[in-house]
Amino acid sequence: MDGFLNQVLAGLASGGIYASLALALVMIYQATHLVNFAQGELAMFSTYLAWAMVRAGFPYLLAFVATLAVSFVAGAAIERIVIRRLAHAPVLSIVITFIALMLIFNSLAGFLFGTDIQTFPSPFVDSDAFPRPYMSAHELGILVVTLLVVLLLYAFFRFTSLGLALRAVADNPSSSRLVGIRVGWMLALGWGLSAAVGAIAGMLVAPIVFLEPNMMAGVQLYAFAAALVGGIDNPAGAVLGGFIVGVLENLLGAYWIGTELKLTVALVLIVLVLIVKPSGLLGRTAVSRV
Amino acid sequence: MTLLAVRGLHAGYGQGDVLQGIDLEVAPGGVTSVLGANGAGKTTFLRAICGLVKRTGEIHFAGRRIDTLATEDIARLGIAHVPDGRGTFTSLTVEENLRLGAYVRRDPGVPRDMAQMYEYFPRLFERRTQQAGTLSGGEQQMLAISRALMSRPKLLVLDEPSFGLAPLVTQEIFRIMRNINETEKLAILIVEQNAQLALELSNHACVIETGSVVAQGTPDFLRTDEALRRAYLGY
Repeated sequence: MDGFLNQVLAGLASGGIYASLALALVMIYQATHLVNFAQGELAMFSTYLAWAMVRAGFPYLLAFVATLAVSFVAGAAIERIVIRRLAHAPVLSIVITFIALMLIFNSLAGFLFGTDIQTFPSPFVDSDAFPRPYMSAHELGILVVTLLVVLLLYAFFRFTSLGLALRAVADNPSSSRLVGIRVGWMLALGWGLSAAVGAIAGMLVAPIVFLEPNMMAGVQLYAFAAALVGGIDNPAGAVLGGFIVGVLENLLGAYWIGTELKLTVALVLIVLVLIVKPSGLLGRTAVSRV
Repeated sequence: MTLLAVRGLHAGYGQGDVLQGIDLEVAPGGVTSVLGANGAGKTTFLRAICGLVKRTGEIHFAGRRIDTLATEDIARLGIAHVPDGRGTFTSLTVEENLRLGAYVRRDPGVPRDMAQMYEYFPRLFERRTQQAGTLSGGEQQMLAISRALMSRPKLLVLDEPSFGLAPLVTQEIFRIMRNINETEKLAILIVEQNAQLALELSNHACVIETGSVVAQGTPDFLRTDEALRRAYLGY
């Protein structure tokens, strides 16, 4: 029974990471109806920045905060410089651009930081003073950080006028302009936020999977599955989906299919959701009159 | 003194111009209605003023040239546009829609104005925590007008406010529009399919046909011109 509980808690911990990255995906999807395939690679690149700063002697917390700031600015810059120009381009051009960005950041990381596997520190260290029988300190840390991120984002979107403006832009860009909202800046802000949230996911997962240019490939796949399970247009759904996918992956891996097929779980989930319930658990079903 | 002056306005959606050189002036505190058949270019005219379609020509508003400005900057200067289809933020609550109307305001009068809107339209108060998409057509029109008023505009632009509404609801909305125009001295530019209703509210009107103004003057002038009335006003 303890083993089972262990697996569930470990699943919740990795679920927190999937939830964060899924949240980043959903934020961009809500505002632009685009799925950012480069989200994972941006997060990986951010993690390398944090790693470089820690290696240069910065304290972890400072490196963490600086990485969030740089990721935010970089995300906003990508929107303003690249994505903005594709506003009226065909969907295929945009998809190709996302895939290009993904590969560019992947090879750029390899070029700048090398392709060797690096260890990445966790700020959460196991100590005997607080024995945790079922989880490591880092797993518990992941859960706490994820919940904190979710709460902060919820408060931002729910209670601030900037958050309200972002929701307005996602709901109706044209009406947003008519009430004086600078829609372009809001989209850049959304990209910046999403890059920062992605960076958190990257820094949380790096101590587990180790840092290398392809470290987010699997995570991104799980995050896609999470976003789809929860409903690609619903942030709460993305979080729920993240935890579901994390627990499912761990339990199936431990008791049924073994580690070789773990990643397949994500793909099977993606296909299943798309066939059975494309709107996901909490998503809105799109109805259009013809 | 004019609030809005439009000269030689051309606009369209890419393939040829819908508007073929419109000239129009709106006086401060007045109600100007734009009449004409379906497809004459009425909605395009309003959209062109607010920069929602590509346009050429001159538009001056409150002493500033606005035809080169972006929609959000025109809104910030004090033109509140209630678009056709009402432009409701359907996934947000009624109250959030109203807060968004006051998005660019930094003065402390916002809660008082919101209370004023709920007084104009008590049904919005009853539904203030509801998602705006769940409102009836009439309630959404009330919400759209209230959202526009929340910005404390100098000019209110209304696109077919009676569209799809029951006659009683339409009357209620027009009664409140008249009230606001008289008490607040708010200038209104209105496009309306119901010419009779629009003329009752207006002190100036123009008729558009295939993108050009073919007649304008006081409502009485338009009403008494037999040919005009039959051809464009539909009664």
